[in-house]
Amino acid sequence: MPNKILVVLEQRDNNIKKISNEVSKAGFELSQKINCEVEAVIIGGEINDLSKIGNFGIGKVTHLKNIELTKYSSSAYTKSIVEIINEINANIILVGNTSLGKDLAPRIAARLDAGIAVDVIKIETSENNIVATRPVYAGKALIDVKINSEKKVFTLRPNVFNPGESIENNAEIIVKEISSPDLSSKVIEVKKSEGKLDVAEASIIVSGGRGMKEPANFKLVEELAEVLNAAVGASRAVVDAGWRPHSEQVGQTGKTVSPNLYIALGISGAIQHLAGMRSSKCIVAINKDEDAPIFQIADYGIAGDIFEVVPALIAELKK
Amino acid sequence: MKIAVCVSHVPDTATKIKIGNDAKSIDPTDVTYILNPYDEFAIEEALKTKEKLGGEVVVISLGEETNKESIRKALAMGADNGILLKDSGIRDSLSLSKALAEEIKSQGAQLVFMGKQAVDYDNSITGQLTAEFLGYNCVSVVVNLQIDGENIIAEREVEGGKEVVETSIPAIITCQKGLNEPRYASLKGIMAAKKKVIEEKNAMVFENKSEVLQMNKPLGKQAGKIIGNDSSAVPELVRLLKEEAKVI
Ligand SMILES: Cc1cc2nc3c(=O)[nH]c(=O)nc-3n(C[C@H](O)[C@H](O)[C@H](O)COP(=O)(O)OP(=O)(O)OC[C@H]3O[C@@H](n4cnc5c(N)ncnc54)[C@H](O)[C@@H]3O)c2cc1C
Ligand SMILES: Nc1ncnc2c1ncn2[C@@H]1O[C@H](COP(=O)(O)O)[C@@H](O)[C@H]1O
Repeated sequence: MPNKILVVLEQRDNNIKKISNEVSKAGFELSQKINCEVEAVIIGGEINDLSKIGNFGIGKVTHLKNIELTKYSSSAYTKSIVEIINEINANIILVGNTSLGKDLAPRIAARLDAGIAVDVIKIETSENNIVATRPVYAGKALIDVKINSEKKVFTLRPNVFNPGESIENNAEIIVKEISSPDLSSKVIEVKKSEGKLDVAEASIIVSGGRGMKEPANFKLVEELAEVLNAAVGASRAVVDAGWRPHSEQVGQTGKTVSPNLYIALGISGAIQHLAGMRSSKCIVAINKDEDAPIFQIADYGIAGDIFEVVPALIAELKK
Repeated sequence: MKIAVCVSHVPDTATKIKIGNDAKSIDPTDVTYILNPYDEFAIEEALKTKEKLGGEVVVISLGEETNKESIRKALAMGADNGILLKDSGIRDSLSLSKALAEEIKSQGAQLVFMGKQAVDYDNSITGQLTAEFLGYNCVSVVVNLQIDGENIIAEREVEGGKEVVETSIPAIITCQKGLNEPRYASLKGIMAAKKKVIEEKNAMVFENKSEVLQMNKPLGKQAGKIIGNDSSAVPELVRLLKEEAKVI
């Protein structure tokens, strides 16, 4: 059977998420390499600017429509996507490694009895095989995985696959109503954390650690984050102390992030913290201890006092 | 109600990873293995649920003889019984989940707790896969849970907030930090756990659908430069971020 790639897109509040552009482009590039078709699927009610996914190499997208499925339902999403996969005979399924994707992709894999590789950071082809590379042991090692089943499911780590320049192109949209979705499991409410940017999705993160001394000093972290349009992150030390919410924790028992820029303020760089942020593209550390391990992975460092350096940094950036 | 908890036995998070001779897995020499940190939340939630609704908590772990240490830790915290599904081969998540599903089915457990992630391969998929194989509902990455009769209201952590999920038993819940504060095992619990017999059976074998071709060390990130030790270095830092790294 010839290969066919299906990219699973994701919307939030009816807008297509950035990760979907990344997965689309990765799907398009893979389709060029193995010479096969690629198309996309999305579930939701009304979806804004869906045809623009064409900008990232997708020619055709199926919109599985039901207003009740604007919010996630693991049961309904799994069932509907598996139906489409079987209908169009797709055998390579690409999903973003987001909260939704991490929940959905294994269910699809189980229904298809397909092998799955999650949190993939590179997809290569060799001798008709697809080899996916992914971090394990909190990024302390990488594995190359090959899936042997006919159908294959991959989830791709956000902010790793470059969506590239968008090329003006409209995707063809096929709308299919889902008449009676299986809602045995469904989201009934979304509690947003006060309109703030989430570390898992931000392209710049400013994180504070125990070196901030007390919770009130985090206003300095917030101020720097604001001038950079960044998300605020935290080390476990300050989360455990109750200074910051767990949703901001970066690291092995927090979130794994790979922003373009990660600024660590008063964070020593314990192995479990590094686990969550080592794949950031550019790392800046400000710490008064020049032997702090964080400097070993930082691209740029200032071995100084946060309370003296950060206000100057904010002022300089505001210029 | 019978409640199952699945636990994995993983390298301590502070472990330095060395690649093994097979170049496909880690070298286990000098590695300390512990109960997977997220599974402590799963055990605690199972115990709390039993305290409220009654029933029995059975702990299941698939792996080698040494996995018994993690099973015993769960018993010491208060779980009633432990089962080791003996296995020494290489298993992917699909095959693991099928074996767990078989055991959960034979135990007749309607409610299952797992960790949101095992900190070895960081897959975060076993709960969802197992639920599918059992035809159970599943909520992953749960930080708040209410069970009322058959009904479940669970909050799961997502980007930018929490989703409140409504579902029902039978179900698998995968537990995230924040769900509860795992209790410490009491001395009495530890003593009692030592005396308990951990039931052993061979894990059922299923075909692997994926294989590891190679394990590598990540490309070491070179330590960059320390450009100063006070605010006089700030203009240079901003210039580097703009012109060299091009990130702002
Ligand atoms: C199972 C397990 C899981 C873990 N998971 C995580 C995780 O997910 N995320 C995580 O972050 N940690 C995690 N940890 C904890 C981790 O080991 C460290 O304890 C934690 O990261 C330390 O936080 P910190 O860097 O803020 O504090 P510290 O290590 O105390 O570092 C504070 C730093 O601030 C500097 N400093 C102090 N004052 C100033 C000043 N005025 N100006 C400049 N610098 C200053 C100091 O030099 C020091 O380097 C985990 C640990 C375990 C055992
Ligand atoms: N070998 C195992 N035996 C029993 N439970 C396991 C095993 N491996 C993983 N689990 C469970 O599945 C959860 C998620 O693991 P993973 O999908 O590998 O990240 C863990 O927190 C455990 O609750």
